[in-house]
Amino acid sequence: MVVPFSWLKEYVDVDVTAEELQEKLFSCGFEVEELTYLGKDVTGVVTGLITKTEKHPDADRLTVCTVDCGGFGIKQICTAATNVFVGATVPCALDGATVLHEGGIQKIKNGKLRGVLSEGMMCSGEELGINDDFYDGAEVNGILILEKGTPAGEDIKKVVGIDDYLFDIAITANRPDCQSVLGIAREVAAVLKQPLKMPATNYTQVPTDVKVEVEVREGELCPRYVGHYVSDVKIGTSPRWLRRRLALCGLRSVSDIVDITNYVLLETGQPMHAFDYNFLGGSKIIVRRAEEGEKIVTLDEKEFTLTPDNLLICDANKGVALAGIMGGLNSEIKADTASVFFEAAKFARDNVRKTSRALGQRSDSSARFEKGVDAYTCSFAMDRALHLVEELGCGTVTSYRADVCANDGTAKQIKTTFSAVNALLGISVPQEEAVAILQRLYFGVEQNGDELLVTVPLYREDVDGYPDLAEEIIRMYGYDHITPTFLQNATVTRGGLTTEQKQELKLKNTLKEEGYMEALNYSFYSPKDFDLLRLPSDAPERRAVRILNPIGEDLSVMRTILAPSMIANVVRNVRRGNTEGALFELANVYLAEQLPLTELPSERKHVVIATWGDGDFFALKGAVEAIAEAFDLRLTFEQGEKSFLHPGITATVKMGEKEVGWIGELHPLIAQELALEKKVYLCELDYDAMKKKFAKDITYRHLPKFPAVVRDLAVTVKKEVTCGQMESCILGGVKAAKKAELFDVYTNDAQLGADKKSMAFRITFEADDKPLTPETVDKFFHKILSNLQNKLGAELR
Amino acid sequence: MRENRWYREICRPMHVVHRALFFIKQGESMNDLTQLQERAIEEAKAAQSSRALYEIKMKYLGRTGEVTALLKRMKEIPAEERPAYGKQVNALRVALEELFASCEEAVKEKELAFRISQEKVDVTMPGKRVRKQKGTLHPVTRVKNQLIDIFAGMGFEIFEGPEIESEYYNFTALNTPADHPARDMQDTFYVTDEFLLRTQTSAGQIRLMEKKQPPIKMLSPGRVFRSDDDATHSPMFHQMEGLVVDKNITLCDLQGMLDEFARVMFSETSKTRLRPSYFPFTEPSVEVDVSCAACGGKGCSLCKGTGWIEVLGAGMVNRRVLENCGVDPDEYSGFAFGMGVERIAMLKYGMNNIKLLTENDTRFLEQFKD
Repeated sequence: MVVPFSWLKEYVDVDVTAEELQEKLFSCGFEVEELTYLGKDVTGVVTGLITKTEKHPDADRLTVCTVDCGGFGIKQICTAATNVFVGATVPCALDGATVLHEGGIQKIKNGKLRGVLSEGMMCSGEELGINDDFYDGAEVNGILILEKGTPAGEDIKKVVGIDDYLFDIAITANRPDCQSVLGIAREVAAVLKQPLKMPATNYTQVPTDVKVEVEVREGELCPRYVGHYVSDVKIGTSPRWLRRRLALCGLRSVSDIVDITNYVLLETGQPMHAFDYNFLGGSKIIVRRAEEGEKIVTLDEKEFTLTPDNLLICDANKGVALAGIMGGLNSEIKADTASVFFEAAKFARDNVRKTSRALGQRSDSSARFEKGVDAYTCSFAMDRALHLVEELGCGTVTSYRADVCANDGTAKQIKTTFSAVNALLGISVPQEEAVAILQRLYFGVEQNGDELLVTVPLYREDVDGYPDLAEEIIRMYGYDHITPTFLQNATVTRGGLTTEQKQELKLKNTLKEEGYMEALNYSFYSPKDFDLLRLPSDAPERRAVRILNPIGEDLSVMRTILAPSMIANVVRNVRRGNTEGALFELANVYLAEQLPLTELPSERKHVVIATWGDGDFFALKGAVEAIAEAFDLRLTFEQGEKSFLHPGITATVKMGEKEVGWIGELHPLIAQELALEKKVYLCELDYDAMKKKFAKDITYRHLPKFPAVVRDLAVTVKKEVTCGQMESCILGGVKAAKKAELFDVYTNDAQLGADKKSMAFRITFEADDKPLTPETVDKFFHKILSNLQNKLGAELR
Repeated sequence: MRENRWYREICRPMHVVHRALFFIKQGESMNDLTQLQERAIEEAKAAQSSRALYEIKMKYLGRTGEVTALLKRMKEIPAEERPAYGKQVNALRVALEELFASCEEAVKEKELAFRISQEKVDVTMPGKRVRKQKGTLHPVTRVKNQLIDIFAGMGFEIFEGPEIESEYYNFTALNTPADHPARDMQDTFYVTDEFLLRTQTSAGQIRLMEKKQPPIKMLSPGRVFRSDDDATHSPMFHQMEGLVVDKNITLCDLQGMLDEFARVMFSETSKTRLRPSYFPFTEPSVEVDVSCAACGGKGCSLCKGTGWIEVLGAGMVNRRVLENCGVDPDEYSGFAFGMGVERIAMLKYGMNNIKLLTENDTRFLEQFKD
């Protein structure tokens, strides 16, 4: 919301500087995002009266002017412009001045032009940063000729009106009433404790026979519709003060009638529209939903095809405006418009927003309606517009007014107490101070001891309870009056992480200790990521929750598997020259029971782990074992298969009979596709499945009565025999065998034969009932050996 | 198909070469040369390994290769025939090079497929614990843990709600009905008409209060999503929402608690400043600035000369929100605050681009060792 300082001053006597006002607005809830001094780039430019012109002796196209710059002296200035003449008053940038030039700032210095001294430069409107709406003649090709009688030696900024500030103010969503210069002025008046000077809304009405019947068929979408008929219109140009204000707010002047609607919008926040009465068929206005496929061409000559979701303003036969967004071309104000029907209405904010979005058509008007316009301002703004019609003399205000739901709204009343307000704030605001603040903000206040009866201004639809009053009071009284206390009345509560949250942290710390760095990825990726993984078309991972309005296709599906994000992380690292690394991420995947969703999807935590550059399958497996150890889990690994993993280097991770994840080498063909030269190992575990078996607490186990005995066993077996088979064969046959750890494996085709390998295990025996004699252990050892021979064809080495 | 192409490519220039060779009084027959072609193609295609293929390539195109030898004979060709001869033999060389390149690709594919079929590990063998150096926790996790520490010590329980939420919990129950302009304050990702990616962890407030009556002290950390993507905005980031509901809770308590937070998180001398703002679920609502730790409030580039840094939003819980959760607003009051974890991490570690946090560059991550 842009508010020119000069315009603001019309309603409030501002006795502080622009910078001070910025601070004050900030402290009462209006952040000035940008404070711009319009004349900041134009310095040292003064008015000068040309007293003599002569041809440059050596340049046909240059004129040498003698300029009387008042207190700044008589200057000789050369110019190439052809519109200068003796008696003209012009802007002169003297030695050391700055002006605008081709989007930058140009510094002016005394110099010689073709041997003739030039003490500065005469300026065009463009060089001062102004257009015709600021000052007549600013857009002529040549020097800006100032109004006759402009004194010499004046600062040009005051003369052309750029000695002014623009406040660009952020308005919070609860204060649509401040989407206007007057709205901000009300706040400024309150904060400066100055009276507010309301703009004039009086006018005389001339009787008329014309009637424009207004029929609102959708009362919910159009809670109020005010219309007024103006006759004897003579379209002309607006006066400079009005054009200048529009220009300050970034609007171009069109014609007086149109300018009035724009001016009132900026001034009061109420969007207005003017129809050419002669084009309102049947002298009727109907506010209804558009028919399916109905078309309208708006003022900017764009055609829209509508649906019943769009509210349309129609005459007896056709659509004449897209409600709240833009008028129709068919009833546009033209140079020969003779009579006008003004509209000031309230349209439902969400309907305007939806139509505006659906059609991709926005305007200053739709922006206001989307934020909310109150019913009260409709009639106020209409009166203001009619006053301006009279003031500008561009038409005759008639007595005909249509006002559907003619109701300014009932003022809300809030019954509360000073104590309630103070209890929320935690401080005692002096009663008379609180009352004065509310009154300055135009709240009606009746006080009876501690009790308060507050009447809310009609335009403050956001206020409906005592906490709102507390906010009004404290933002004006000042938040610096709040004295910090540390929960002096609160009950002591037990805080901290839940067991589950602690476990997640423990998992992260476990992997950290193993040398892995924690990664963080978006929760969504591209559906193409499933193709990269070569997942079959019916893979469950492809049944992902889709975002209806994603930023782009790349970020459009919710993760069902974390691996693609991790692969992308590895690729990025390798491309940046990080040739080795180890990462993990613990995050949710989103699994839909049914698509499209009928209930919230289940969010399951997964952990994905990756290592690249150095390391191998067993190094990554070590990390998984570290997790198992940290949470006292029994995980087993079986040869497995995944479309995106190396067929020979893939395992399924199981917890009991339940599959809880996978681990393996990224498929070499995918690695090749991604230009990954070194091998990448990946693992993804269903953390939520694993956490069910996390050790709850430590339970003490009795110490064995007798010391354990350790024996080593080395055998040769066929190469395809796995370590897991060996282990279960060793442990399965003898109860006292508690642990079998592989400590050596090697192949040697010459010694062992091409199909054989040697495996050596360290076996730990323990028995509770009796001490283990060497003989007993021998017996166990032989039992194990014969089991291995029979079941797996092992031979003792 | 490919074979035919190679024959065409190689055979096309041959008649010229043959005509040139006519001038060479060395006695090679055209027959010999055709055989050379066919031999090269045949041998290349039969090669089983890249090594073998390389050797064949050298035999024809190497420094002492047969085609190279043809080029070396240039001086024996009559001057007027030389340009044509040179051009044609060169064309032949190029064609052969292409042949080898393509064969090389095919051989490599074959070799890779073979390697893959041969590579196999016994996945049941024990894993190795090979840590070279400690890993790191992500800066967002670090800051999150620090924040949790601060508030857990004050008696806050940690509560996590779902990341995909219903409109009800994310908006409606938080006093933001469908036509409320505040819904536009956050660009929301929808997954159905009713479900969305939560835009704020405030949704957790409702879920907790539905389960539990005051006194409540809750901290709700987690991922949130907004359709926003630039140097300071990421479509996914983390929020930390705090909620206190009890009897006689005041705005003074809110500031007191946030002062404490600022002192622990930033510096012992940190202060907070409240200024009016608007959130649908709090009334009054405030924006909370923390005195700039970099300059001690004097004004610097970090705080853009103001001495203050905007850190979080907060306010007294709106009575409607309490009502929506079945908490009597006449008996209880409360405050809520919400902050962006990434923002705090960026302030704390002096980062200027939020994207660093999701790039997962190990050179970045390894800086967060403890």
